[in-house]
Amino acid sequence: MRIDLSSRKDTLVVRVHGELDMVMADKFRHEVDREMDRRPVRNLVLNLQGVSFIDSSGVGAIIGRYKRIAREGGRVIITEVKPQVKRILEMSGMMKIVGMSASEAEALRKLGPVGNQEVAE
Amino acid sequence: MRIDNQMCLEFASLPENIALSRVVVASFAAQLDFTLNDLEEIKVAASEAVSNAIIHGYQNRPDRLVRLRATRKGRTLELSVEDDGVGIADIELATKPSYSTDPERMGLGFAFMKSFMDRVEVKSEVDKGTTVTMTKTASLAAAKHVDKLC
Repeated sequence: MRIDLSSRKDTLVVRVHGELDMVMADKFRHEVDREMDRRPVRNLVLNLQGVSFIDSSGVGAIIGRYKRIAREGGRVIITEVKPQVKRILEMSGMMKIVGMSASEAEALRKLGPVGNQEVAE
Repeated sequence: MRIDNQMCLEFASLPENIALSRVVVASFAAQLDFTLNDLEEIKVAASEAVSNAIIHGYQNRPDRLVRLRATRKGRTLELSVEDDGVGIADIELATKPSYSTDPERMGLGFAFMKSFMDRVEVKSEVDKGTTVTMTKTASLAAAKHVDKLC
């Protein structure tokens, strides 16, 4: 169970590894909020390649971060979702509000010009 | 109907035991002819019921016990998740798709349970506890497939 954070200019890239249930959702919420409190974050790219399971706790944690980003006019893009996780996201209605991309690179391209240097780990 | 197999598990109301309950349920359910997709759905339903027992039933207190029972009757799996927590005053309201006591959780828990299982039944008494019983039946197609192999 691991969450990796990195920044590309004002976009926060979050890679989640593990099962996004209540335990992981609390960790995700805590770590992403702490990063957003620490620096200006406009957009969020959420790489779910390492997520094999999600339930309503995980969905709720993502939607909570989406609300915070959307309030400031930013965008959330989810990338590399496994089919079983995608089904849950579709059922929750989340796919109607967040963007989807096949890869992190594509998500970053969609969000516009970004620096080629990772700012922080 | 005759019980073909049954298991009971009692565990502390700790969040890390949600994953444990999922794995145990999926392993038990795999004795039936469920598809991989079905097994994923059963895992989500179990996760939601156990999360509810911990978060709502026990208000996140870690020192209580959650009881999980899985029963196999023919092609049907029955799961029961029981707590001795605060109970639900209005079951109809609590199981509505949009109802939630936490704005981030969006009331999706029962919606997922109802979508993924064939039947969901909630029994609850305030200050006594809640029991959620869910059933799902493996499709005949899968069972017939096994018959042909034998």
